[in-house]
Amino acid sequence: MRRFLERHWYAYAMVLPVVVVIAVLVLYPLAQGVFFTFTNINEGNIANPVLDRAATFVGVGLRNYLNVLSGDPSFGSFWSTLVRTLVWTFSCVFFHYTIGLGLALLLNREVKGRAVYRVLLILPWAVPAFISAFTWKYMFNAQYGIINQALRAIGVDNPPVWLGQNDWALVAVVIVNVWLGVPFMMVALLGGLQAIPGDLYEAAEVDGATPWQRFRHITLPGLRSVSSTVVLLGIIWTFNMFAIIYLITGPNPNTRILVTYAFERFFSGASRDYAIASTYGVLILSVLLVFAAVYRRALRKQGEVW
Amino acid sequence: MTLDAGSLQVVRPDRVAPKRKARSKGASAALHATLAVASLIAVFPVFWVLVTSFKPDARAVETTPKLVNESSLDNYTRILSGDKGSFLTWFANSVTIALMTTVVAVFLSATTGYAASRFRFPGKRSLMMSFLVVQMFPFAVLIVPLYNILLTLGLQGQQFGLVLVYCTTAVPFCTYMLKGYFDTVPADIDEAGRVDGLSPFGVFWRLILPLAKPGLAVTAFYAFITAWGEVAFASAFLSAADESKTLAVGLQVFVQQNRTEWGHLAAASILVAIPAVAVFYLVQKFLVAGVASGAVKG
Repeated sequence: MRRFLERHWYAYAMVLPVVVVIAVLVLYPLAQGVFFTFTNINEGNIANPVLDRAATFVGVGLRNYLNVLSGDPSFGSFWSTLVRTLVWTFSCVFFHYTIGLGLALLLNREVKGRAVYRVLLILPWAVPAFISAFTWKYMFNAQYGIINQALRAIGVDNPPVWLGQNDWALVAVVIVNVWLGVPFMMVALLGGLQAIPGDLYEAAEVDGATPWQRFRHITLPGLRSVSSTVVLLGIIWTFNMFAIIYLITGPNPNTRILVTYAFERFFSGASRDYAIASTYGVLILSVLLVFAAVYRRALRKQGEVW
Repeated sequence: MTLDAGSLQVVRPDRVAPKRKARSKGASAALHATLAVASLIAVFPVFWVLVTSFKPDARAVETTPKLVNESSLDNYTRILSGDKGSFLTWFANSVTIALMTTVVAVFLSATTGYAASRFRFPGKRSLMMSFLVVQMFPFAVLIVPLYNILLTLGLQGQQFGLVLVYCTTAVPFCTYMLKGYFDTVPADIDEAGRVDGLSPFGVFWRLILPLAKPGLAVTAFYAFITAWGEVAFASAFLSAADESKTLAVGLQVFVQQNRTEWGHLAAASILVAIPAVAVFYLVQKFLVAGVASGAVKG
């Protein structure tokens, strides 16, 4: 034991602060949150030190899960919300990745003014998300928004009411989130592209490989490990992306995803329903954990190390 | 499990792709056209807010948008003079919280990232794995318990409480980035330092950190942006008093139930975006300087 500590104490000393912070502010709350899902806790019965009131919530077993998983509309129509969340997540990440990769490939070439293009293209990342949300909400306005003005100008007589109670609202928030997320993918993939040794391309060219073959057999495999990381992160982040939807469309049921609904239950309504909000949280976490496990397995099958 | 996050931050802008055959005129035009259109899409919303920020509220919602329409600096003067809520106080709060988050997050993730990069110790795999899992935690499940804990620790309503909460978001990702960066710094440097009699901490502090400046800069940028733009926790954990709000919370005064003061909101947005963009361009510089340290790559 002593030798063990002697060998590793500095590693542990360096890791310790993070472990403490994460344990206190993530793991412990998580455990408590899971506990809440088996109770009927809400604003009215939680312990309130300000009012000097003790907690009076009681256990309800699995009732929250049964209510939510029944898909009952008064508990947020779980299944259709889940489908919408998946549509939202995969369309966002698909466009993030393809557009990001396309731009990274272009920026990786010798092109005049490359530094300027790069700076301009990364701008959406630098602007705080809530500002972008307000901005796009303004631009998407059906009457005076610049987007519909432009559509009318090019001859679209009845441009969509973007942020109304229909599926255009979902299209609109996807557009905003794609705009917001492409720079991250682009920068990450650009880093990956620059790590691919140039001689590979030269050798391929000597062997007469077409540009497509070079892309298919050098670029894509070279980007495998970066791609698998950023796609996984992208999916997790988008799945839990709350600010954009909440600030642009508010509680619109056509853009409701699991996280925004949990937040609705948490924040709005006469009695804040912490139990249902936590139940949603636990279900979100479970979906993501299952997904990450499957994803990892699929990668491992293809011979990826992590 | 080793995520290759090294490539997430190492952008070496000046390293040029392998030289190809000279491009035809047409291909070159197409390349520039694509990049120009993409840049336009990236920049236009910001440009449009800038244009709107000079217009009076009533002119911002006209059905035929113009670039200039009774434009003036009135929105800015009114916001900065405090007519529209204590903007400067919110601003100061946001700056304090974001800077504290940056310092704490960079420090924590640098030590952890270094340990994960250099030392093999039992529990390392599960530590890195748990960082990935932490990213998955929806705040919906954490927000009530966190509220309780901050209350118990006496940090509820305190800026430092919010800083710690932001660190739980920023640190895991920053650690991955920095671990990737430290991996590119050859271990020979550490050994040389140890031979010269430095402790492991001395090596980290005096040799590795200075070499990792570009990586640290990007990490700092990420932490700053995370804290600067966060809405949900800030609305839940800071007291409702006007003087404790951050910008993200305070700016919602311009979005009232049935009417939005778009001109003022746009002006305030520009004022909020400036520091973020400024920090961002500082990092840009660092990234270019980071090319030199790419030479150390073993």
